[in-house]
Amino acid sequence: MSDDGGDDGVGVEEMKVRRVAGTGVPVRGDDIDTDQIIPARFLKTTTWEGMDQYAFYDARRDDDGELNDHPFNEYRGANVLVVNDNFGCGSSREHAPRALARWGVEAIVGESFAEIFADNCKSLGIPAATTDPETVAELQDFIEANPEAGIELDVVGETVTYDGKTVDVDIDEAMRGALVQGIWDTVALLRSNMDAIDGTAADLPYVESR
Amino acid sequence: MSEGTLYDTVWDRHKVADLPNGQDQLFIGLHLIHEVTSPQPFSELRERGIEVPYPERNVATVDHIVPTRPEGRERPLADESAEGMLTALERNTGESGIQFYGLDSEKQGITHVVAPELGLTQPGMTVVCGDSHTATHGAFGAIAFGIGTSQVRDVLASQCVAADKADVRRVEVDGRLGPGVHSKDLILKIIAELGVDGGVGYVYEYGGEAIRDLSMEERLAVCNMSIEGGARAGYINPDETTYEFLRGREFAPEGEAFEERKAYWESIKSDDDAEYDDVVNLDASDLEPMVTWGTTPGQAVGVSDPVPAPADLPEGKREAARTAQDHTGVEPGEPMAGYDIDVAFLGTCTNGRVSDFREAAAVLEGREVHDDVRALAVPGSQTVKSKLEAEGVDETFREAGFDWREAGCSMCLAMNDDSLEGDERCASSSNRNYVGRQGSKDGRTVLMSPAMVAAAAVEGEVTDVRDLTEVDA
Repeated sequence: MSDDGGDDGVGVEEMKVRRVAGTGVPVRGDDIDTDQIIPARFLKTTTWEGMDQYAFYDARRDDDGELNDHPFNEYRGANVLVVNDNFGCGSSREHAPRALARWGVEAIVGESFAEIFADNCKSLGIPAATTDPETVAELQDFIEANPEAGIELDVVGETVTYDGKTVDVDIDEAMRGALVQGIWDTVALLRSNMDAIDGTAADLPYVESR
Repeated sequence: MSEGTLYDTVWDRHKVADLPNGQDQLFIGLHLIHEVTSPQPFSELRERGIEVPYPERNVATVDHIVPTRPEGRERPLADESAEGMLTALERNTGESGIQFYGLDSEKQGITHVVAPELGLTQPGMTVVCGDSHTATHGAFGAIAFGIGTSQVRDVLASQCVAADKADVRRVEVDGRLGPGVHSKDLILKIIAELGVDGGVGYVYEYGGEAIRDLSMEERLAVCNMSIEGGARAGYINPDETTYEFLRGREFAPEGEAFEERKAYWESIKSDDDAEYDDVVNLDASDLEPMVTWGTTPGQAVGVSDPVPAPADLPEGKREAARTAQDHTGVEPGEPMAGYDIDVAFLGTCTNGRVSDFREAAAVLEGREVHDDVRALAVPGSQTVKSKLEAEGVDETFREAGFDWREAGCSMCLAMNDDSLEGDERCASSSNRNYVGRQGSKDGRTVLMSPAMVAAAAVEGEVTDVRDLTEVDA
């Protein structure tokens, strides 16, 4: 599970994401865009229901609509997604990380992430860790050879442990802080500054005084 | 870190507080809302009992899912999911007191076309929308960026986002664009040079002679595709071109108030001695019309240049190039000119503005769309459409054999009925050539300028528009 940090298991404590342990799923390729993660036709909805079915929908099926050997068909039950460069580029659609999360992804390790995608991951409490291409390739190779083997992302210590070894990864400081402190749901945080918000707005020449 | 840039100045003026996670709380001057990324946030606010504190700083329209056939826009919409999204937006904006330009409004259209043409977007603002092409609005000298659905919720709940300040890269483009070469070609070149992830961590400040010479509509096209270069935002310092565009627009200040506001607009411009985190220089003098050969916007070349062989590319780009060429069915070594086109699509938030259709019409005048091509003209907004109709530009399109449609996102991402079929190849004025983007997983998209789309429509193949037009030197 993604939470081992709660003292009492209620309130904001249960939002702390300090460690994700489980098994891995490699999805290879640079510049995998959010249109591939979830095609636009599945965005025609007013809820997040059923998003898991649509993760990598087109890539997961052959021409007859039958499930193929895409990793999301082969690595059911995995929760640590391992990807390459510029993952999640393109459309801002939060449906993309939502679809991954509902499929089971609780953490992502990759070479780099598109910014909006990373922000969306943070909003959902999904750590997105980066490391060098060689480390990613080794991790992907390892998972393919050992699909049942355990993988653990330590969000606090910024490491990934697998195959008896521990490698360093980077997690954006704001993301790490938000996850570790359990403040990735920012609504209450932002609204706690309502007076300061009004003050800033009042100083802007284009905002009409109220 | 950068200092004295427009980005620094506008950021500082909108910063509300330091947040405990190290991010800044940023006040949002204009939040644009559409039907795809807003239903869940409004539901969540309702569940939490939160009211929108600044409804007047939010504006909504409907764009992604709208049918573009005139006879398809009656309510309820034939597509139940689309109808559900539209109904939700009507209810949500109505209950929150947010201005909504719906299907029955003559101002409806794509958010990034509507806000500029109404004068809603102004220099020195912060602008966000649950859509990555919010970068468009940077053309006014605003800080404008796309956000996710949870952040849409944050803005509705507080008129703020939690955000990290990015580095600023100055993209200095010298020289002048030649005849038949447009701003779309310029931005495709910038992305091809700097890479689709080259802008991650940066905002792009576009400047230099080639940028200064652009009209506002052309600037909007450049900033629009900043996100395709990995930069979440791009902007151009405001100048007289900006102010002249704004004068007289519905939501722009009038008379003396306009001149007063102009003082603010001038005050937020980058200093002459501003410090940038990075500077890149390009020259636009010899730029050709650009076309994409692959499945990312960065896989682009001049129309008569050979498509690169994967083996000739840097090692990290070879595999992606092979996969892309396998999908698009193009041969390395040959130029894109000459490849057959099945569909021509004009429109979108990148190139769905009045000047884009005029440029295309100049090519179409007295010509006909090739027999093997289905051609779609989808104005970016109802305002664009009525303006073009008043000028008679629609007649040029109709007579040439284009289908003349109502405003929407249409075949950019095919959330309505407009979609590629099978492995059709589309000459497209849109912004993304990703696999499956235009609604068919085997479909192939060739990105290009509106004038180039018109040329491709006429010839039935990718064509250098300069071969068709008598250009004013």
